[in-house]
Formats: sequence, structure tokens, C-alpha cells
Amino acid sequence: MTYSEGDGGVSGQSLMFAATPLNMRNHRLQWLFRALFGLMTLILVVPVGIIFGVLLVRGGPAISFEFLFSYPSDGMTAGGIWPALVGTMWLVAVSLIASVPVGVAAAIYLSEYAPDNWLTRGINLAIINLAGVPSIVHALFGVGAFVIFAGFGTSILAASLTLAVMTLPLVIVATRESLQAVPMAFREACWNMGATRWQTIRTVVLPNAISGILTGVILSVSRTAGETAPIMFTGAAFFFPFLPSSVFDQTMAMAMHLFVISTAVPGAPDELKYGTALTLITLVLLMNAASIWFRSYLRGKKKW
Amino acid sequence: MLAKRVKRSAPMDLDHRGRAWYIDKAVTFLVFVGGISAIIFIIGIFVFITKEGAGFIVGPLNVREFFASLTWRPTSSQNPSYGVLGLIAGTASVTGLAMVVSVPFSLGAAIFIGEFATGRLRESLKVLVELLAAIPSVVWGFIGLSIMNPLIIDMFDVPVGIGVLNSGIILGLMAAPIMTTIAEDALKAVPDTYREAAEAMGATKWQVIFRVVLPAGKNGLVAAVLLGVGRGFGETMAVLMASGNAIQIPTSPFDSVRAITATIAAELGDAPVGSDHYRALFTLGILLFVVTFIINLTADLVVKGARRA
Repeated sequence: MTYSEGDGGVSGQSLMFAATPLNMRNHRLQWLFRALFGLMTLILVVPVGIIFGVLLVRGGPAISFEFLFSYPSDGMTAGGIWPALVGTMWLVAVSLIASVPVGVAAAIYLSEYAPDNWLTRGINLAIINLAGVPSIVHALFGVGAFVIFAGFGTSILAASLTLAVMTLPLVIVATRESLQAVPMAFREACWNMGATRWQTIRTVVLPNAISGILTGVILSVSRTAGETAPIMFTGAAFFFPFLPSSVFDQTMAMAMHLFVISTAVPGAPDELKYGTALTLITLVLLMNAASIWFRSYLRGKKKW
Repeated sequence: MLAKRVKRSAPMDLDHRGRAWYIDKAVTFLVFVGGISAIIFIIGIFVFITKEGAGFIVGPLNVREFFASLTWRPTSSQNPSYGVLGLIAGTASVTGLAMVVSVPFSLGAAIFIGEFATGRLRESLKVLVELLAAIPSVVWGFIGLSIMNPLIIDMFDVPVGIGVLNSGIILGLMAAPIMTTIAEDALKAVPDTYREAAEAMGATKWQVIFRVVLPAGKNGLVAAVLLGVGRGFGETMAVLMASGNAIQIPTSPFDSVRAITATIAAELGDAPVGSDHYRALFTLGILLFVVTFIINLTADLVVKGARRA
């Protein structure tokens, strides 16, 4: 006996929950769509896995203590990447010094002070747009504002400030999120003790949000380290055979170095290029992984 | 000691204006300045690129030639020509191909991650997508140049592997993680009560997705695609390295093209400060800024429209 619609299960108790043809069809379709979308996800992820594998296989042998810690030689067709590594650290450090205080201040304003008015909407819109401005336009801004107008010339300072403006939205958004995650009751308790707004922020809100802020900062470090276009004309040199000694020097940088040896140095061996690419991508991905790990660790630790 | 402190501050402290009060006011001001910094910078960007490009706009710019001519010859001393049609065609073809490649896959991946995958699988996929989004553009360019290039030459038996196809695929892979993340957020924003209501009516999971979740989240999905387009439009290094840099309207996917962004990156270093060429490059920057501004604004409005509905 088959179960048909309208039976209400009266005539066949045991078959009440058996699958109808419609159920079967739905089930098959369900499976089909699941497989289809799963496949799409796979197609998105797999090529990148392959690419990373190729980078690892071809670049891995090039990476050695000597490669990381020696200067490029023979017109950049041999030697290592030490000045580029140091240069990237300079750029990251200086741009953090500029972007973190401003970004955190902006996030504090948006999360703790800003009323819901046109100005706040304008700020939010500006943040979205700042994040969407093409990196080469940031470069043009850096040239116009820092290199020429402010008179810094092509220097670490000009390049770092350009990078800082570019990563500012990242810092603001991450910080604002972690500030807003602090429960309102914490602030109210503190205000009720007679604390001022700033005392509340300094002693209650920021300590509770600091780890979330750090997560955002690590992300912006990884972004800063990988950017090329904004520093091309503001402070990164093709080849600069010294380590920079002040923020007014030019410098080499990892991302720029990879661009230069893969497009502008005819005799550069593949090994060198793959090695540089692998170092850069490892640097960036490690920092991102650290930030992701940090975030999930915190999520597990949170008490509220 | 406590009594002493109270005694001293009491006459002045009628309206609680102690040191803490002044610090609080100062911080409020500083934080406000930080708060409007984003506005200052976005205006600053516009002002400074306009300042450098203005000399070209009021001077040698011929709007008709600018948008309709294929000849971009800014360095010619006798007869410089500034036609960006070829550059626009380059940007459009590469971005277009990138979207054709990446939109279906990133929306599919967003649906899988947001609706089908659960628990550990879902978390690890999300982490993976986030890591993909972090790969620097110069590394993508390098991948196009040294991995995709020989691959395309072998597969299609063409002499050169860098061009529309190469940079389109690279750009698609770059834009996909961003679109996936935003689209997944849009699906997550659809209230669970909608899903529960549909499931209570006997709908299967895919019916819930197609009949309920996708229509409810469609504005967010449109915004995700728009932001992906914006990303592709503004990408510089990958396009510079993987598109071949010949100015022309492409007729086949293997043709070499030059994007607007790549033109600025390739030529700014050689253009003397203050020359017409230099100013023309800043004018291209203004064009990029305005178009991305419009794209971002539209995406924002689309999302807001969804929230109001």
C-alpha cells in the first residue's frame, strides 16, 4: 500500500513518515544543489592551493639564511633580500605610528561619542569610500600631498603616510567593532561611580577591547606589507644598496622588490623571484593567520 | 589627608570642573578630530589629485578626444594625444571577464558557506576565504606572469599568454574572496525567523534558499557584486603585470590590453612633475576616484534600501 496525500496516516500508521515521490525529488534536488555549491566553493579554493603549492616547490629551495640576510648583488640577479625586508619593516612601523592613534581615536568617537546625525553618516560614508579608493589613486594622493606639497620628497615618511591613509579604514572598522562589543552595562557601572567619559573609556572600555583592536592592527600590518602601488612613487626605490637610516631616506621594500625583479630585471633567475614571492606571501599569510587565531582564541575566552 | 584634598578643591569644584573634567573635554575634542579624519582624508585625496590634474583639465583637455580617441601618446613632442578610449576598453574588458569568472562562483560559495556548510567545515572555509583575500596584488601579478602565462601558452597554443584572459582570471580570483565575504554577510543578515517560517511550512533547505533567503538578501548580493566590480576596476599591480600593456580595443581574449590604473603606474615615474603628461595622469586618477566613489555610494545605497524594506 502506498501512502498518498490526504490519507492523514489513518490507514497506514507505519507508513506515516515514509517518503513520498515529492519528498524523494526534494531530497535529490537538495543533494544536487548542495553538491553544486560545494563544487563552486571548491573551484574557488583549489586553484589557489595549487598556486601556493607551485610557489612553495619552486621558491622553497631558494630560501636560506643567506637569502634572507644578504644584499642583492650582480644587478639584482643574485644575492638576497635583506634591505627589502628591513625597508618593509620601516614602512610598516612608521605607518602604524601614524594610522593607529588616528584610527583608534576615530573608532572611539564613532562608538562612544557620535550621535546619530548627518555628520556621523558622512563619516561612515567616507570610511567606506576611503576603503574603496584604488591603491593607485592613493599613490597619486601621496605624491601630491606628501612628496610635493608637504615637501617630504620620495622618502619612507611620505610612503608610510600614504600607506597609513590607505589602511586607516581597516583600523577604524576593526577597533569600532571591538569597542561596540563591550557591553553597555560596563560603561553604565563606571559612570555611576562618578567617572568621566574619558575615564570610563580608558579604564573600562579600552582594556576590554584591546585584544580586538590588536587583531585589526595585525591585519593592517599585513595589508601594509603587501601593498606596492602606493609606495612606487612615494618612497620605494628600485635598488637602494644601504639600509635606511632615517625616515627621510628612500628604501627598498618586499612588494616593490618582487615587482622590480619580475618585470624590470631581465636576467633575474626564476629561483630568486619565486623565493621573494614566497617570502612575501608567507609573511602576509602568517600575520593574517595570527590575527584569525587570536580572534577565535578571544571568542572562546570572552566572559560576557 | 583625604580631608585636606576635599577642603582644597571644594571652593573651585562647584560644578565638578576638576582636572578630570578638563582632560575629558580635551579628549572629546581630540577624538572628534580623529573621528572626522576619514572625511578630511577623502576630501584631501580629491583636492590634491584635482590640484595636480587641474592644469590639464583647463588646458589641453579636449573632452571629445579624451573619451573618443584611441590614441594615447602623451610623450610625443610635436603632437601629443590624450585619448583614453583604449584604456577604458582595457579596464572594461579585464574587469568584465573577471566578473564573468568570479560572480557565479563567489555567490555559489557564499550560499554554500552560509547555508549548507555547518560547524567545522564552515569555519575553516571562512578562514580560507579570508586568507585568499589577504594575498597581496603584486603576488597575484607575479602568479599571472610566471605561472598562468606558460599555462595559457601551452593550453591554447598562442604565442603570448599575458592579456585579457590572464589578467581577467587573476582579477577574478582576487575579487572572489571579497565578494564571497560580503555576500555571505548579506545572507547572514536575513533573519532566521524567515528560514524557520519557511521550514515550518515544509520547505526543504534549497527551497528555503531560493524562495526565501535569496530574495530577502538580494540587495546585499547586488552590493557584493558592485564592490567586486569596484575592486577589479581599481586594481593596479596585477593588471599591470598580467595584461600585456598594449593600448587597443581587444578583439580576442588573448589580446594584450592596458588598463587605466596600469597606465598611471607605468608612466608616472617617467612624467616630469608639472608637465602635461603628468597632469593627464592625475586626470586619469580623478576619473578613477569619481567612478569608484559612485560604485561605493551605489553599493551603500543598495544595502540601505534593503535595510529599510
